[in-house]
Amino acid sequence: MDIKREKLYTDILIIGGGTAGCYAAITIGEKSDKKVMIAEKANIKRSGCLAAGVNALNAYIVKGKTPEDYLEYVKRDANGIIREDLVLTMSERLNGVTRHLEKLGLVILKDEKGDYVTRGDRNIKINGENIKPILAAGVYKHDNIQVLNKVNIVDYIIKDNRVLGAYGFSIENNIFYVIYARGVICATGGAAGIYKPNNPGFSRHKMWYPPFNTGAGYAMGIREGAEMTTFEMRFIALRCKDTIAPTGTIAQGVSAPQINCAGETYDRNYGAPTTANRVYSTVEENRRGRGPCFLRTKGIGKRAEEELLKAYLNMAPAQTLKWLERGAGPSEENVEIEGTEPYIVGGHTGSGYWVDTNRQTTIKGLYAAGDVAGGCPQKYVTGSLAEGEIAAEAVMKYIAAVLQQEVLCEEEENKFREITGYLKNPSGIYTVGQLEEAMQKIMDEYAGGISGSYGYNEVKLAVGKNRIREILKLAYKLHGEDFYDLMKIYELIDRLVVAEAVIAHLEARKETRWHSFQENLDYPGLNDKDYFLYINSVFKDGEIRIIKRPLVDRRQTYEHQN
Amino acid sequence: MSIRINPDLCAGCGNCREVCPGSLLFKEKESNKTYIKYPEECWGCTSCLKECKFEAISYYLGADMGGGGTTMYVKEENKELHWHITRPDGKKKIITIDTTKANSY
Repeated sequence: MDIKREKLYTDILIIGGGTAGCYAAITIGEKSDKKVMIAEKANIKRSGCLAAGVNALNAYIVKGKTPEDYLEYVKRDANGIIREDLVLTMSERLNGVTRHLEKLGLVILKDEKGDYVTRGDRNIKINGENIKPILAAGVYKHDNIQVLNKVNIVDYIIKDNRVLGAYGFSIENNIFYVIYARGVICATGGAAGIYKPNNPGFSRHKMWYPPFNTGAGYAMGIREGAEMTTFEMRFIALRCKDTIAPTGTIAQGVSAPQINCAGETYDRNYGAPTTANRVYSTVEENRRGRGPCFLRTKGIGKRAEEELLKAYLNMAPAQTLKWLERGAGPSEENVEIEGTEPYIVGGHTGSGYWVDTNRQTTIKGLYAAGDVAGGCPQKYVTGSLAEGEIAAEAVMKYIAAVLQQEVLCEEEENKFREITGYLKNPSGIYTVGQLEEAMQKIMDEYAGGISGSYGYNEVKLAVGKNRIREILKLAYKLHGEDFYDLMKIYELIDRLVVAEAVIAHLEARKETRWHSFQENLDYPGLNDKDYFLYINSVFKDGEIRIIKRPLVDRRQTYEHQN
Repeated sequence: MSIRINPDLCAGCGNCREVCPGSLLFKEKESNKTYIKYPEECWGCTSCLKECKFEAISYYLGADMGGGGTTMYVKEENKELHWHITRPDGKKKIITIDTTKANSY
């Protein structure tokens, strides 16, 4: 195979052109003439979480509320384990980024006075079908931003714990890239596909989170010894059965309660109405023989049904198709609901890089924003934009004081050999697909997947850890025919690296802090005395080492100590 | 759930290949037309449908999630998205969405 090699230079490299990555680039494009490069493994027009669209903006400070109110909501929902400094700095920017998004072209519903129409306490109504093309168009307006579509980044270039750029390759043109930058923002998103999904067969990718978000940003950081936080707080979404489409649009839009097979509402029987408990209550009703569970939509009327058909076409078209396929819409049949497989996603829970208040990771010059950044749940779309903006402003300040550096050619050569080594591996018995299936089965059975109602114990985790390590060894022997195969191999390896970290975190929190999200069957209760803290980890000398850190308060500006 | 591309309608423009977030679409070597190489890896985001000006791409639900053969494609005209749904018995329905208006829910 003819492999081309290219060395590129930029001021700021953004890895991942999704919600946070695009907005970080737009922020830099508007505020400076520094050179920005976005490396995106697909195409920024539709990559990331917003490919199909989004039905509402779920993080907005509505009239009469304050950023502190939003912080309190996030804190309650996460049972206290949040970085208050991060949530507050994000919350303060939610409305500013929303106005900016409207200027970029997003349709937001307004009343006769020109105020945004709200949906609940924190949400506003939009037409979000084209939100990603709008962000991409915002990026392309700036001449100082270069977009590398179809370029998959696989590792950072690091020297003395400082990031100097990243290694990657084009999945279409067999080009190996060495990209040097003075500062880097990681915005790759979180990780799906670690656990066996709801639809394990043909429709295996009909999942809540994008199946193409494979935890690359987490894995690259873990491999380089970056500190990570709260991986044990997995996210499990409550979704429409089969299509895994959102339930919030129905629950809030037409005020449909959750009911069990007997038609009884049940969610209030399981503690505070948190995101985790909405899932847990449904899981428990099923476990106790009172499933299936539904959203009670029967009788909402044809007009409401037509609006729901449209709303779902703007964000999860499979659900509209499912209603039409059945010939019975939500006004005639209640909508069955289920919990998804667990995901690792810092935009909804606290999992991700351990960052300072400016979103710098423990690797100098490396910033994180969006789903890959930890400590700040309930970001959703606008919070990811806000973090992109914060990281962009911080990296601009950082690069003003640093010069571009490179590593020795020998080091670049070694990485080239390591990455392209998979093309030279002999074809073996196993494929990426087989090993992915094995990983998902292990995580499902031993690390709290759907089949065990999300519960686990230490013995199971120990089995799971060993099996994940065995699969990782097999993954290093995989053969790829071309650079597309290489991307698939790295996606698997990254997922396995994240899976091992998840297991270490689940094991370390010896309590049950969030039902379903972290259901430790050895320790079924809360233990505030010993675990009202962050579980962090660092990968060093082949092992994941756990670090317990005290909570950070909203008045604090957190800085890394070392 | 996945998509099917009708080779008789595909013009080989490649727009759908460009945007697929999973990079699952490929070009046939001889005809330059697009085909889906990994139908089981489709997320169902419909990005490709929205790019296709030739009504060549149809979206369907896998049988494992309740699919029964109904298909859907989308056509954009004057800031409106027209979703065309065809049931196996030939019955058709069109849902039109004005992209300049917000969702009711």
